[in-house]
Amino acid sequence: MPLLTVNKLRTSFHTRAGVVRAVQDVSFQIERGETLGIVGESGSGKSVTCYSIMGLLPQPPGRIEGGQAIFDGVDLLALSHRELNKYRGLRISMIFQDPMTSLNPYLRIEQQLIEPLLIHEKMDRAAARRRAVEMLADVGITDPVHRLRMYPHEFSGGMRQRVMIAMALITKPDLLIADEPTTALDVTVQAQILDLMKKMRQELGMAILLISHDLGVVSGLCDRVMVMYAGRVMESARTPELFYETKHPYTRALQKSIPALQVKGQELYTIAGAPPDLLRPVPGCPFAPRCGYVVDYCAREEVAPLEVAPAHCTACLRVQKEKLLL
Amino acid sequence: MSAPEQSTQPFLRVENLKTHFHVERGFLFQHRVGSVRAVDGVSFELRQGEILGLVGESGCGKSTLGRTILQLVRPTEGVVVLNGRNLTRMHGRELREARADFQMIFQDPYASLNPRMTVFDALAEALQAHRDVPESELPARVGDLLQKVGLPPRAQRKYPHEFSGGQRQRLAIARALAVEPKLIIADEPVSALDVSIQAQIINLLARISREMRLTLIFISHDLSVVNYISDRIAVMYLGKIVEIGPASRVFEHPLHPYAKALISAIPIPDPVREARRERVVPPGDPPSPLNPPSGCPFHPRCAQAQERCAREVPLLEPFTDPNHLAACLRTKEINSH
Amino acid sequence: MMPTPTLEPAAPIDGEKSPSFWQDARHRLWQNKLALFGLIVVTALSLVCFLAPLLCAHVIGFSYEEQSLALGPVPPNRVHWLGTDPLGRDLLARLLYGGRISLMLGLCATAVSLVIGVTYGAVSGFVGGKTDMVLMRMVDILYALPFTIFVVLLTVFFGQNIILLFVAIGAVQWLTMARIVRGQVMAIKQQEFIEAARALGLRRRRILFRHIIPNLLGPIIVYATLTVPEVMLLEAFLSFLGLGVQAPHSSWGVLIKEGAEVMEEYPWLLTYPAAAMALTLFSLNFLGDGLRDALDVHASKD
Repeated sequence: MPLLTVNKLRTSFHTRAGVVRAVQDVSFQIERGETLGIVGESGSGKSVTCYSIMGLLPQPPGRIEGGQAIFDGVDLLALSHRELNKYRGLRISMIFQDPMTSLNPYLRIEQQLIEPLLIHEKMDRAAARRRAVEMLADVGITDPVHRLRMYPHEFSGGMRQRVMIAMALITKPDLLIADEPTTALDVTVQAQILDLMKKMRQELGMAILLISHDLGVVSGLCDRVMVMYAGRVMESARTPELFYETKHPYTRALQKSIPALQVKGQELYTIAGAPPDLLRPVPGCPFAPRCGYVVDYCAREEVAPLEVAPAHCTACLRVQKEKLLL
Repeated sequence: MSAPEQSTQPFLRVENLKTHFHVERGFLFQHRVGSVRAVDGVSFELRQGEILGLVGESGCGKSTLGRTILQLVRPTEGVVVLNGRNLTRMHGRELREARADFQMIFQDPYASLNPRMTVFDALAEALQAHRDVPESELPARVGDLLQKVGLPPRAQRKYPHEFSGGQRQRLAIARALAVEPKLIIADEPVSALDVSIQAQIINLLARISREMRLTLIFISHDLSVVNYISDRIAVMYLGKIVEIGPASRVFEHPLHPYAKALISAIPIPDPVREARRERVVPPGDPPSPLNPPSGCPFHPRCAQAQERCAREVPLLEPFTDPNHLAACLRTKEINSH
Repeated sequence: MMPTPTLEPAAPIDGEKSPSFWQDARHRLWQNKLALFGLIVVTALSLVCFLAPLLCAHVIGFSYEEQSLALGPVPPNRVHWLGTDPLGRDLLARLLYGGRISLMLGLCATAVSLVIGVTYGAVSGFVGGKTDMVLMRMVDILYALPFTIFVVLLTVFFGQNIILLFVAIGAVQWLTMARIVRGQVMAIKQQEFIEAARALGLRRRRILFRHIIPNLLGPIIVYATLTVPEVMLLEAFLSFLGLGVQAPHSSWGVLIKEGAEVMEEYPWLLTYPAAAMALTLFSLNFLGDGLRDALDVHASKD
């Protein structure tokens, strides 16, 4: 049985301007030890999906309209806050994008690091402190005993992210959710953190749900990738297949947009049109207004991901019906 | 991209530019306890119409360098000569009037436009900053500017907050173009934008600089973007340029250990290549410019560092290609194989 | 020839003139019921007090100084709607005239402190550096002066009159305004659009008037609105101590003082002035809060 099964998750935000359908019928699975990447631009719903699962959504204005998130047999969305707290920090951990604001500036690192141990594993302080030192050393922080007593502002961005990872993994969770963990970091530091995540994954065997807008980051770390657009899943496949046998025009367009893969001297490929307006969703496929392969029925029929090849789903109507090759 | 204009004199000459910020302590009488050496001896030349990509990580000083060249921050030492005029010597009115020649595009499209002014107000102000434009002509001229950056002329009645990030960046570009500058420094102009919008803005900048024969300095931490748009690339580390040369050369065959590390750290969106590649990951964090190391600034993190690297300060020197320079004492040894 | 990328903005750009910042703010204020209540009450009270002479002559029939020792203090009745004080003076008339003085004092002292404070603070914040340090240190020193003693000293030297009250209150209030304005100016100066204005080569004066001050008006309006009640309270405090408005004039502060002295025997003499004062203070505060919400840049888009 997969570790996490998300089934037709639907999340909206009820704002003064209207209802924003941030996540629409999103379904996916993560097996134990697997790394799944969710890729999308701003407004795609990738972050909201994970916040919904973790129960971190501000409700109001957010509201989970439907769906399930079954973690090891239990639907997280049906749990009360107290029950959910038994999972969060112990079996599911999360790290966030901005290392500057993710740590409490008033508490020493030690307190923040051992907190999950004291709460979830009911360790005594001495044992918890020992584990904290081990963990800091494991994530590559030198002189951990000393560092434990320091405050977050005394660490650099990369080190704070390491501390976050230590905090998240100290209880040896089954699933780590990482929301754009390296976006705010310098590229060399990003490389360090990605290497660190690979190492910890090897040591602890946890599953990882990695959210990113960067196809490069995703291609290096993930076993499978899911591409989201306007709150829906557009394509999901094993990583090599997503890149080499793309089955959705949006994925293809994203790949083409990457400057690294383009020839100097010619204009950069741009995706025509503008990002979707989540307040006024268009009928049919949300990508239709910008798609280079659009035909008449794309703007009429409802889209949903369908498996068109082994372990490879796409929401593109043309690929589903006509086996369109991209 | 067409070859840059050939002319005998460099259009922009920067010589030994230094910008040090003093850190002061003290209650009533402040005394200096140290300096942040944000820019620590930068020299280079640009031809007219050339596009230079300036890359580096946080703390390297690239933003400060951009601002110092434009005299938004005055240098502590050194010279900036644009089109034969020494900018560092200028002050007050003379400097203000000279600003028509050089402009900046800022990183944050949400902060670089005055929220209280309509697009028309902002662009008209720019148009009239250095030239007299009759009131009657303003709407038409503003409309022209907007069209040049790909926005409809009727947008001029709107306020900045009604536009998306990419559109605001276009507005910022329009404003910079209004004074008809010859040099534009773009400080991370696309970093705050989505990938699909980045491409639009980069295309726009490339096209404009070509059409208007602008000299462009493109500052970014994203090497692949920089490689795409630039004629030459300069890599900065701790306030100094450690490598400079033709863009493709620097990108494909970097000489300096830091440049090699930087380029190898970029994740490739191609699973097979990404798995196969060899990465050079420098340990530790980019150091603070408050306390730069002795000798070569990179030596504490450099896998190829030797004893003399801590003592001698390397200068930019060519290796095989006279246009491709690196500031490393061991360039020859590291790159000969 | 390269194709121009088709561009559809996220929000389609129609040709309509979009609401300016002020129109937007006004719309938001309209929706704030509490603030509207405050605005209505303050306007109504001010109007009534302003028309005091007319009202007293034609409607109420009494003036604020007419004494009737034979009548003495009577509770509210059909003749004297709010009752009379020990000297037989009609309370309603005194309340209206007192309101005139209190409100006028509030507005004028605020205006004075605004003019001085904004100029001082804007210059200090804009110029920065050593000038700013010196100017702000002066403010700090003045802040340290005990207000009450200052007023007493003024009274000793210049006797008691309304102008004195002005000077005293204005002298204190501008300090806070200066600090606030300086802080705002410094915050605005850091914004990138100011740097962009410098990069364009605009004159400093233009940057100050076209870019900084328009962004300053919002907070200034809010703080001014919240200063008025402060000033009124200050005046009441001084009057309570006997240092403020002198007989036969009254202000709400004076009325409260007089009412407090006899509040056990003639409670109406305290109740009505206190209620009027409280109502006005609350209303101004609601209005000020509403203005802050309406004018706060952060609250608007993005």
